Amino acid sequence: MTGAFERADFDLIAGWVQPGERVLDLGCGDGALLRRLIDERGAKGYGVELEDTEVLAAIANGINVIQGNLEQGLAGFDDQTFNHVVLSRTLQTVRHTERILGEMLRVGREAVVSFPNFAYWKNRMAVMSGRMPVSEDLPYEWFDTPNLRFFTILDFESLCQKMGLVIRERQVLDDAGRAVTEEQNFLGSLAVYRLGR
Amino acid sequence: MSGIGTVSAQLAHFSEPLRLKGGGVLPAYDLVYETYGRLNAAKSNAILVCHALSGHHHVAGQSAENPGNVGWWDNIVGPGRPLDTDRFFIVGVNNLGGCHGSTGPASTNPATGKPWGADFPVVTVEDWVDAQARLADYLGIEAWAATMGGSLGGMQAMQWTLSYPERVRHALVIAATPKLSAENIAFNDVARQAILTDPDFHGGHFYEHGVRPLRGLRLARMLGHITYLSDDQMAEKFGRRIKSGAGSYGFDVEFEIESYLRYQGDKFAGIFDANTYLRMTKALDYFDPALDYGDDLAKALARARAGFLVIGFSTDWRFSPERSREIVHALVHNGQDVAYAEIESVHGHDSFLMDDPHYHAVVATYLKRITL
Repeated sequence: MTGAFERADFDLIAGWVQPGERVLDLGCGDGALLRRLIDERGAKGYGVELEDTEVLAAIANGINVIQGNLEQGLAGFDDQTFNHVVLSRTLQTVRHTERILGEMLRVGREAVVSFPNFAYWKNRMAVMSGRMPVSEDLPYEWFDTPNLRFFTILDFESLCQKMGLVIRERQVLDDAGRAVTEEQNFLGSLAVYRLGR
Repeated sequence: MSGIGTVSAQLAHFSEPLRLKGGGVLPAYDLVYETYGRLNAAKSNAILVCHALSGHHHVAGQSAENPGNVGWWDNIVGPGRPLDTDRFFIVGVNNLGGCHGSTGPASTNPATGKPWGADFPVVTVEDWVDAQARLADYLGIEAWAATMGGSLGGMQAMQWTLSYPERVRHALVIAATPKLSAENIAFNDVARQAILTDPDFHGGHFYEHGVRPLRGLRLARMLGHITYLSDDQMAEKFGRRIKSGAGSYGFDVEFEIESYLRYQGDKFAGIFDANTYLRMTKALDYFDPALDYGDDLAKALARARAGFLVIGFSTDWRFSPERSREIVHALVHNGQDVAYAEIESVHGHDSFLMDDPHYHAVVATYLKRITL
């Protein structure tokens, strides 16, 4: 999953990280984003990852990877340890949505969250034609998807309001990684947020 | 099959007295050690493998004197193995107070001309590391590419980063803990009581009586062994199976687990020294680097300069993964470099000795990152 799409997601995040800042990437996979933040932005990076093969790949990439399950929260991580806590295209796979968002802003000053927008027009078209969407950003069949939560930009923002989270910045991209500025909940395939308290 | 073939132990003598944490002084001592692979010209490829409670210097290979005696961690050492002897120079050393050739309770006390016995001082993890540092000097190794070990060995690997921050580039801390729990200490003390109350112990001076406290040592090992395994593994390996001919409603061996533990106890009592066992368990109990830092492990670890690989095992209930994570989170708190892998394994605390492909891949991958 390293299409133009994901790189665009990473481009945005990289732009928000200042040299020397501490970043925690939740569900860091092989550490590609962290590697980039370390190499290009001079960040101090840590990742959390559950899957054995990804942990191994992250170690090979020289990443400070900590094997663990996000569903169990971030117990052990001290309050306000990180400048940014990133959850890139992973929120939809987490069962305890509110808990993980709360935990991100406990251990970090800023939460960076990206997720596929289920209300993207191509997804709506798929459902309209009677099938669950399978696309670049929702690449799984319904029976093998790791995604547990299907939600839209509007849904997410109403949760943020309910939780009292402050949206510092919202960027929306289409499935070619281009910025979407109008009708974002319809034309946007991926949403990327900076959240604070 | 051993990866490195026949190996021979070597002995280093140290005549400069070693001041011990507990207050005593060892006027002179020997350390027995083995090495595998070649030290490169820059002397930058050395890895120290620290042993656990019952381990020793013979980490890998077949002893020259006894080819059937294969090192205790042979499966991880050799050409192409995680501790790749084509790339690294591996050092194994028997710790002070041991019973495999380094100066210990059975050695002669120069002051009396008799075995030290009970008078051999209690040695700590810090003391071992100090002695190992002198061995490093002796071998011309200014800084280790890595220190590593499992269990009590992992504690030494960690202590190295605190006692000699500039001399350790990486520490591999496996199936370890930042300090023992009350339950851990309780198990250790029952083991010690088994030895101390054996009539053949003679207050630790049994050598002069021509006897050994075999019953106590055997019990201590049986108890320890239970804590090294997992409930699942015991159920799978032994279950409630009864040995043939048993079912006698008596106290002879009936269940297979009894047979196994007694065998392990007998085997261990036949070769191990009771005074060494007492001291090794005390070293475990005393280990607590955070003690001098108001129980703040992060503060204690702050002076480490090494990168860390910490590994825990899912069914290890002696030093559970939670204990490994305490180390990890203290390092993260400090912004230090650490990777943590939690390995699925049925083998309990003993998992660190097993030839598990993923576990070995984690170690190999981390070590490959080290520049020489």
